[in-house]
Amino acid sequence: MTANSTTHPEVGQFAMARAQWRWPEVVFWLAAAGCILLFPNRYLILTEIAWLALFALSLDLILGYAGIVSLGHAAFFGFGGYAAGLLALHGIVTEPVIALVVAGLAAMVLGFVTSFLVMRGSDLTRLMVTLGIALLLRELANRFSNITGGSDGLQGIEMQPILGQFSFDIFGKVGFIYCLCVLFVLFLLARRIVHSPFGLSLRAIRNNPLRASAIGIPVNRRLIAIYTIAAFYAGVAGALSTQTTALASLDGFAFDRSADLMLVLIIGGTGYLYGGLIGAVIFKLLQELFSTLTPQYWQFWIGAVLVVIVLIGRDRMHRWAMFLPRLIASKFGRAKAPVMAPEGEAP
Amino acid sequence: MTLLTILFDGVAYGMLLFVLACGLAVTLGLMNFVNLAHGAFAMAGGYICAILVNRSGLPFFAALPIAFVASAAIGALLERSLYRHLYTRSHLDQVLFTIGLVFMSVTAVDYFMGSSQTFIHLPDYLQGQINLFGLGVGRYRLMIIVICGLLTVALQMILSRTRFGSRLRAAVDDPRAASGLGINVPQVFALTFAFGCGLAGLGGALGAEILGLDPYFPLKFMIYFLIVVTVGGSSSITGPFLASLLLGIGDVAGKYYVPKLGAFVIYTMMIVILIWRPNGLFGRSAAR
Repeated sequence: MTANSTTHPEVGQFAMARAQWRWPEVVFWLAAAGCILLFPNRYLILTEIAWLALFALSLDLILGYAGIVSLGHAAFFGFGGYAAGLLALHGIVTEPVIALVVAGLAAMVLGFVTSFLVMRGSDLTRLMVTLGIALLLRELANRFSNITGGSDGLQGIEMQPILGQFSFDIFGKVGFIYCLCVLFVLFLLARRIVHSPFGLSLRAIRNNPLRASAIGIPVNRRLIAIYTIAAFYAGVAGALSTQTTALASLDGFAFDRSADLMLVLIIGGTGYLYGGLIGAVIFKLLQELFSTLTPQYWQFWIGAVLVVIVLIGRDRMHRWAMFLPRLIASKFGRAKAPVMAPEGEAP
Repeated sequence: MTLLTILFDGVAYGMLLFVLACGLAVTLGLMNFVNLAHGAFAMAGGYICAILVNRSGLPFFAALPIAFVASAAIGALLERSLYRHLYTRSHLDQVLFTIGLVFMSVTAVDYFMGSSQTFIHLPDYLQGQINLFGLGVGRYRLMIIVICGLLTVALQMILSRTRFGSRLRAAVDDPRAASGLGINVPQVFALTFAFGCGLAGLGGALGAEILGLDPYFPLKFMIYFLIVVTVGGSSSITGPFLASLLLGIGDVAGKYYVPKLGAFVIYTMMIVILIWRPNGLFGRSAAR
C-alpha cells in the first residue's frame, strides 16, 4: 500500500514544498558563517552560542516535533560532556571528531534506555521521570568522584588537533568554526529527519496521539526513536562544550541547565528547527546584558523573561515577531511565510 | 543510632514533607496545574519566621502562625494576579511560568537575605533530647511530629466533615459536574491554593532547622514535593501522607545505611515506583 494512492496527492506536494530551502535560511547560515570574520574578539561566546543552539535543537526535536515535555534534558548533555572528557583525558579516542561521535553515541544509548521510562504515564509523570534521571546522574557523577572528579569536574583535558590538522587556538577561532560545522551538519540531518515521512508522523503524534495510532502510526516506537536521536544531539552538544572549554563539570547535569534550555527554545519558538538557533543567540545576548547590569542576580531577569513570555502567550509573541518577516515576504510575492510559525500545541 | 531512631527521624521528616507538599497535591488534583514554585512559598514562610524570631525577638510559637498567614496571603495574591490566567494553558506553559517564578524568588531572596544558610533561634526547651520509653528522641523532632500529626488530623476532618471539604472533594472529582451543581470552583480553588501555600509556609518555618533554609530551597526540594504528589496521587489526602512517610523514612534510612549513595536511593525509588505504577502508588490518577 503506497501512501499516495490513498491520501490526497496535494498532501505529499505540500510536504515536499515545505522541505525546500528558502532564501532566509540561506541568509541565516551565511550570516552565521560571516560571524567568523565579523567578530574576531567574541569567539568564546560565539562558541557557547553554537553548542547551546545544538542543544536547543535537540530539545526542539522532542518538544516541538514530538510533544514530549522534558525537564531533564541536561542528563544527555552532561553525559556526553563527561564521555568526551573521559575519552580525551585517558587517551582512549584522541581525535576530537571521532570522540564527538562516540560521546554522542554514548548519550544515545542512555537515551534509548531511558526512553522506555519516559514513554510511560502522563505529562506530569514524564516531567518527574526526566527530572529524576538528570538528578540521578548528577548524584552518581558526584559520588563517583574518582572517575568524574566530583564537584571539581574533570580537569586537565588536553585536546588533540581536529582531524590531526587544526589545533585549538587560544582565541577559540578553530573551536568556533568546529562547533559551527558540527551544528550545520547536524542541522542538515535534523532538517532531513523532520521533513521525512517519519517527521510528519511525529507531528501527527504530537497533535493527537490517539488519532495517530488509529491511522496506523506506531506511536511508542516513533517516540522512542526521536527521543534516542535527540539524546544523540544533546550528547554531541555536551561533548562540544567539553572539547571547547576543556572542562566537564557537574553543572552539565544541573536543573538550571534544563530550565535555561527550555527558555532558549521558548524564546526562539518550537517546531521549526530555527527556534533553537535563534533562541540561543537571543538568550546569550540577554544573559550578557543581564550579567553586566547585575552580575550576581542575572537569573532573576531570566526568570522574569520566562514569566512575561508565558503571560503574553507564546503564540501571540511569535505572531508579533513574525510580523515584519511576513510583511517582507509578502512584498516579494511569496505566498507563504519563509519561516513557519509553530503549530498549535496538542490539547 | 538504632532502627527505632531512624524510624522516628524518618517519620518526623516525612510528616514535615507532608505539610510542605499537601497543598501542592490538592492544587494539582483540583486544577491539574503543575506548580513547580510551591517550594518558594515554603521558603517565604521560613524566612518570615526567621526574620520575626531573629530580628524582632518574637517567640518561636508566635512566629509560626504569622508565617502561615503571610505565606497564605502571598499565595492568594499571586493566585488572583498571575496563576489564574494559566489554568487553561498547556502543561508546558505552566512549567515554564513556575520555573520562572522559582528563579525570581531564588535570586530575590539571595539579594535580600544573602546566600548563606539562615538559622532560626530556637527556644531552649526545644533543643536537646528527651528520653521517651527508653529511646532518646530529639525534642524538636517530637514537636514536629505532634504539630504535623495534629495538622493532618485537622485536614482530614476539614476534608471529610465540613461543607467546604465536601465541595472541595466534589470539585477534585469532577470540576465540571461540581460547577454544574452550583459550586464556585474557582473560589474553592483560590481558597485551597492560599491555604496550601500557608501550610507550605508553616512547613518551611518548621523545617528550617531540619531541612536547612537558604535561597536555593525551592530548587532543592522541588523534586521531593513532586515525588510526594506523583507517588501519593492526588485523589485523597492519605495517599500523599503515606508517600511522605515512605519518602521520609526511605531518605533517612538511605542516608544512614548507604551514605555514599546519598539522594540516589530516593531518586531510584521514585523512578521504580513511577514505572511500576505510573499514576502513583495510592492514587487513582495523578493528573488527568
